[in-house]
Amino acid sequence: MNFNFTKYSNIYYIISVILILASIVCLALFGLKFGIEFAGGSNMQVEFEGQRPPNDTIEQILSGFDLGQIIVQPTGEKGAIIQFKGVDEATHQQILAKLNELVPTSEKSFQYVGPSVGQELRNKTELAIFLALLAITLYIAFAFRKVSRPVNSWKYGIASLIALIHDIIIPLGMFSVLGKMYNVEITIPIIAALLTVLGFSVHDTIVIFDRIRENILRQGMAQFEETINWSLNQTLGRSLSTVFSTLIVLISIFFFGGQTLKYFALALIVGITSGAYSSIFIASPLLVSWYKWDLKKAQKSNKK
Amino acid sequence: MQQKYYIFIAVVILAVLAGIFSYPNYVNQGIDFLNNKFLWTLPHFWEKDYVFGLDLQGGVSLVYQADLSTVEDKAGAMAGLRDVIERRVNVFGVSEPVVQIQGESRLAVELPGVTDVKQAIEMIGQTPYLEFDEERTAEEAQQILDKIAELQKAQEDGKDITSVENWQLALQNPYYKPTELTGKYLTKANVIFDNTTYKAQIELLFNDEGAKIFENVTGRNINKSLAIFLDGSSIIDTTGDGKIDSSDLYAPNVLDKIPGGKAVITGDMSTQKANEIARRLNSGALPVKIGNPISQETVGPTLGSVSLQKSLMAGIYGLLAVIVFMVLFYRLPGLLASFALIIYVVLVLSLFKLIPVTLTLAGIGGFVLSIGMAVDANILIFARMKEEIKAGKSLEQSINEGFNRAWPSIRDSNFNSLIVCAILFFVATSFIKGFAFTLALGIIISLFSAIFITRIFLQVFIGKWTEKVKWLL
Repeated sequence: MNFNFTKYSNIYYIISVILILASIVCLALFGLKFGIEFAGGSNMQVEFEGQRPPNDTIEQILSGFDLGQIIVQPTGEKGAIIQFKGVDEATHQQILAKLNELVPTSEKSFQYVGPSVGQELRNKTELAIFLALLAITLYIAFAFRKVSRPVNSWKYGIASLIALIHDIIIPLGMFSVLGKMYNVEITIPIIAALLTVLGFSVHDTIVIFDRIRENILRQGMAQFEETINWSLNQTLGRSLSTVFSTLIVLISIFFFGGQTLKYFALALIVGITSGAYSSIFIASPLLVSWYKWDLKKAQKSNKK
Repeated sequence: MQQKYYIFIAVVILAVLAGIFSYPNYVNQGIDFLNNKFLWTLPHFWEKDYVFGLDLQGGVSLVYQADLSTVEDKAGAMAGLRDVIERRVNVFGVSEPVVQIQGESRLAVELPGVTDVKQAIEMIGQTPYLEFDEERTAEEAQQILDKIAELQKAQEDGKDITSVENWQLALQNPYYKPTELTGKYLTKANVIFDNTTYKAQIELLFNDEGAKIFENVTGRNINKSLAIFLDGSSIIDTTGDGKIDSSDLYAPNVLDKIPGGKAVITGDMSTQKANEIARRLNSGALPVKIGNPISQETVGPTLGSVSLQKSLMAGIYGLLAVIVFMVLFYRLPGLLASFALIIYVVLVLSLFKLIPVTLTLAGIGGFVLSIGMAVDANILIFARMKEEIKAGKSLEQSINEGFNRAWPSIRDSNFNSLIVCAILFFVATSFIKGFAFTLALGIIISLFSAIFITRIFLQVFIGKWTEKVKWLL
């Protein structure tokens, strides 16, 4: 089997552009719902011993405190997560006492994050993601420096950077929709998942680029497009196997790993699938498109 | 015998040891059984616990912002603050508290297993209280000791101890009583060295008011001792048992009445001890205010253990699924790679224990994920091997080619991930740091297991006989 991957590259580009645009639109419309570790505030997870009171009732009895916007989310059979603005320990105890008056309640966890801490964490995370992207691009440009023909080695770096941005924006778009519809928040584990997606996706891209590098070094650079197609076919089995073995582990975490890891796993499932897609259908075809474009430009300027 | 067999045996021994170390329960039960049956006295295999983060074992995590605006030596003040808080937290009876300085002026306090957050916060937030106490007279001491005995008797008889007359007396220290000299009169404590003996000494500098009080107190206590207490207990551990309790006492003797607000404590002490005392004196002299926590996280014990259990189950199912997949797709090499994967798991678990790595939920998630990714290198190698076999090369050649040809992409992709881990480690917060560290550890070990161990396995198990059963490959 020898599948011609680059023949339909325009279709792949269109699919990706649609997905990316949809994600950007969702991000612009809904934004991201940040967890309190980024946004600041209080988060209280409780379990009621009797029947769970309705959300309205909980909000009502807590309205006596100055808590800003109160969000109550039922969890499990008898539990709830209650979020409100940052409070000190005394107020926290009073809130717990008030809930106890209503129904006997046990507290599972309580988290309070001051506003400056949240902001700081956001800045640090942004910096980390930016530096990671930069380092990956530079490394790839460096690792492929020997194959500067027919396509310059930094173009390999840029192509993988585009694939990486693709792999980060699509899960983010999904989380903005989930945040809007199901109150799913961007928490630190999800950030960790997105960073892992970066690492994983670039694995895929590197393996393919590496095969391209090997084939070019062996056979020279004539017929660049064929070489790329051939390399993609050679690495396809490996790409699918690796994605599959990783996905089964993630699906296991998604179903059995408990509430906290659920969205961590989901972010990885979407990101890694997107990463495998972008490595095969975006990063490598981009090299070919770029090459053709340069060729056309060269021909035009020759004619002149 | 060939070298490869020696290496193979070494790998198997390493794997078995790591396996027992990461989960010694069954082996130790077996040892107990043998010991009982044959009256042997075999020792248990080394038992070391995993270190779990607060999200898995439950407890309180607090972050404070210290107000250093009035302090000149900021690093010294933070070290002193850390020290004071650590002392208090130890009093709380927490198993393994962590008190860490973060950045320039943040203090992170982790109290595993603590559920009474309110009391913890109150205790941590108090201003350190330094006092210099003088000896009681023998009669006074006897009075208090008698009262303590009386209360003990009352308690044994089942009476309410608060019904005893003057019961509060028993709460006092029988040998020392407070003087008017406290931390607020102390300006600074320094460690200095004697000009001739070079021994460490502690220099105390009092403010003007303090100078007068100190002159007074020393004047009436010549040839007696002055005990130094911080937060109501001895300033340092003098019995050397690693904890500070009522048996510890640090009480230098007063040789003479000391005017001028400057005194030196001499004695046979190490520089380290002198530094410790001076630091604590300073933390009582210039208390750093920390107020309320700027972030707080409390996790109940049940939530943590449920999360742990679930994530472990997910890990086990995931591991089994990967093994089934590898065996179905790559048959004999896949089976060998599965053994290498199991060795990978026990090696990483052993390192988690040895280093030790604090395991959080995301850290475990990352580790489980790495099980799926760890076979990537093997898949690359096997895919390459199959290609070479198809191209008509001999088995041994194909194995070697598979490893050699796949190496550049394995190197580049894993090196890249390590770069990302390094960036995360140096830029991000402690949580992401833990994740990055776990991931980096996983990458390095997976390279070892996927390349070195699998290769040895292939060399040992695949030989002439496999030529006849080609479908296995």
